[in-house]
Amino acid sequence: MRHKASTWGYTLTENADEGGYTIQLQGNLSIETAAESLERLLSELQKKTRPLYFDLSGVTTLDDYGALVLFEIKHHLQIPDAQFHIINPFDSYRKTLALVNFDFEQRCSVMPGSRRGNFIVEIGADTIAAFSSVKFIVAFLGGISLAVAEVAKHPRRMRANDMITQMKSTGVDALPVIALISFLLGLIIAFMSSLQLKQFGAHIYVASLVAMAMVSELGPIMTAIVASGRTGSAFAAEIAAMKISEEVDALYVMGFDPTLFLVIPRMIASFITIPLLTVFANFFGIAGGLLIGIAMLDLTASAYISQTIETLTLFELGWGLMKSFVFALLVSGIGCLKGFQARGGAAAVGRAATSAVVASIFFIILTDSLFAVIRSYIG
Amino acid sequence: MEGRAAIVEVKNLTVRYGEELVLDDVSFSVHNGERFMIVGGSGSGKSTLMRHMIGLENPEKGRVIVGGTDITECPDAQLKRVMRSIGVLFQSSALLGSLTIGENVALPILEFTRLPKNAVADMVRMKLSLVGLECYEDHLPSEISGGMRKRAGLARALALNPEILFLDEPSAGLDPITAAEIDDLIQHINQSMGTTMIIVTHELESIFNLGQRLILLDKASRHIIAEGSPVDLQKHSPRPAVRHFFNARAQGGSAGR
Repeated sequence: MRHKASTWGYTLTENADEGGYTIQLQGNLSIETAAESLERLLSELQKKTRPLYFDLSGVTTLDDYGALVLFEIKHHLQIPDAQFHIINPFDSYRKTLALVNFDFEQRCSVMPGSRRGNFIVEIGADTIAAFSSVKFIVAFLGGISLAVAEVAKHPRRMRANDMITQMKSTGVDALPVIALISFLLGLIIAFMSSLQLKQFGAHIYVASLVAMAMVSELGPIMTAIVASGRTGSAFAAEIAAMKISEEVDALYVMGFDPTLFLVIPRMIASFITIPLLTVFANFFGIAGGLLIGIAMLDLTASAYISQTIETLTLFELGWGLMKSFVFALLVSGIGCLKGFQARGGAAAVGRAATSAVVASIFFIILTDSLFAVIRSYIG
Repeated sequence: MEGRAAIVEVKNLTVRYGEELVLDDVSFSVHNGERFMIVGGSGSGKSTLMRHMIGLENPEKGRVIVGGTDITECPDAQLKRVMRSIGVLFQSSALLGSLTIGENVALPILEFTRLPKNAVADMVRMKLSLVGLECYEDHLPSEISGGMRKRAGLARALALNPEILFLDEPSAGLDPITAAEIDDLIQHINQSMGTTMIIVTHELESIFNLGQRLILLDKASRHIIAEGSPVDLQKHSPRPAVRHFFNARAQGGSAGR
């Protein structure tokens, strides 16, 4: 075993005839003592006249950390070769001591692929990356269109079992959380609006307000946001993991179209389940409002429900549902796209999931505002 | 080789995963400074044995003594100290993908020494040049080849000058030339730094190039079926199965049956 006694020491003597100093080093110059010896020798030798002679005859152990100490002294105090001498080293340390004359700058040429780059290079790289990302997105959309056409022609080529599994995980498993969130949301809207409407005695319009808000805005949007956190991120992470472990490449080589194999079942599953979840969300939201109406506003259940039915038109229901179909495509499409864009190691999976959620929430809100604009024209 | 102190001792190690017996009563010792090999066919428990020797898993029965400490039952603080005196090169190199090569090597040095930052940076360059990777410190692991990743993993394993270096299939998955380079590098480090090397492998090339002493694990009996130097075992082993293994001849079933 290595010496456990990790002590070192030095004595400094001024040279009488040729000037400068001799540093007589003793003991263990290794990883255990390197930090301490470097600190002490540097401060000791800072102001000493050169040349410096390092006498290693008393050194019992010297590893590359010991050599590092000498190297750092030479480098840090900027001592030229001619004024830096190592004397009396053991033969066996000669190889280690060669490290002291290491010249990294000279040995290192600029390697391709190195991460060093200046501001302008970064801008250029980002621009190129942005363009190729646009290209990738267009190709991805094209791939989806082709795959959909393929499925329309030969429905059996779609992996129905995968789709059913995905429908369970994106739909059935999401139902409890969607139900709870929208129930609470309906409760909150009813409560907040009742505070205002009470002043005018317009209690009954709480029902209209909750129904309108849930069906045309909050139902679709909350469902889509929950789905992007649950479903979109799961798609992205799963496909990214498959991508970096070459499973996607394996599919391609076996003659499968990865889009047809992975994306279509997921997108169709979401396209069916997210609007269904939206219907549930609307229902539970209105139920939340109903609870407030009965408990706090002294409305009867039948009055609340008939007011709700009176407010909602078929157009309103259809409009909200149509939005949720669009959101379903956005969430699942962006999730899969981010998965396919992943490159690199384990961190890429995490990045894919994060950017899928961020991008889909952004696009959900953006399309929702577009819908609002369109609606203002329709009337 | 006799007369040298044992630095790692494995005594009556028995490992079971559920119902399956993986290692049955395995005992051997590794001498200070030697290149020791754990050899066997696929599924013979080589990697499992190594995982127990570096304290990643606890055995059902038996003891593993590393540098005088029984790592199967010592307190955590002592185990940590033992861990610091060993280096491990994992089969997949296990470089952290989010850090550059240089940061990977610097990680243990920054944690366990009090050297200033620029000295650590120089140490990282020294370690990388030792394995022939100077100038690659700013690359990400995903940007370099498999052989280079192995070298970088080796540099990280060597960062704190361990007394014992464990290598899990160091040349697996590499082309013959790169594999031979890695073998040379291991030999060079063993000779220049005196590091004890414990190498898990099934590559005959590496076994004959590197191995000074080895144990051969058998898939059927879960025992060590041979111990000695590779050339000796190849020529003079009394068991035909052992000679077959070193002459790389297929036979009906696994070695030792």
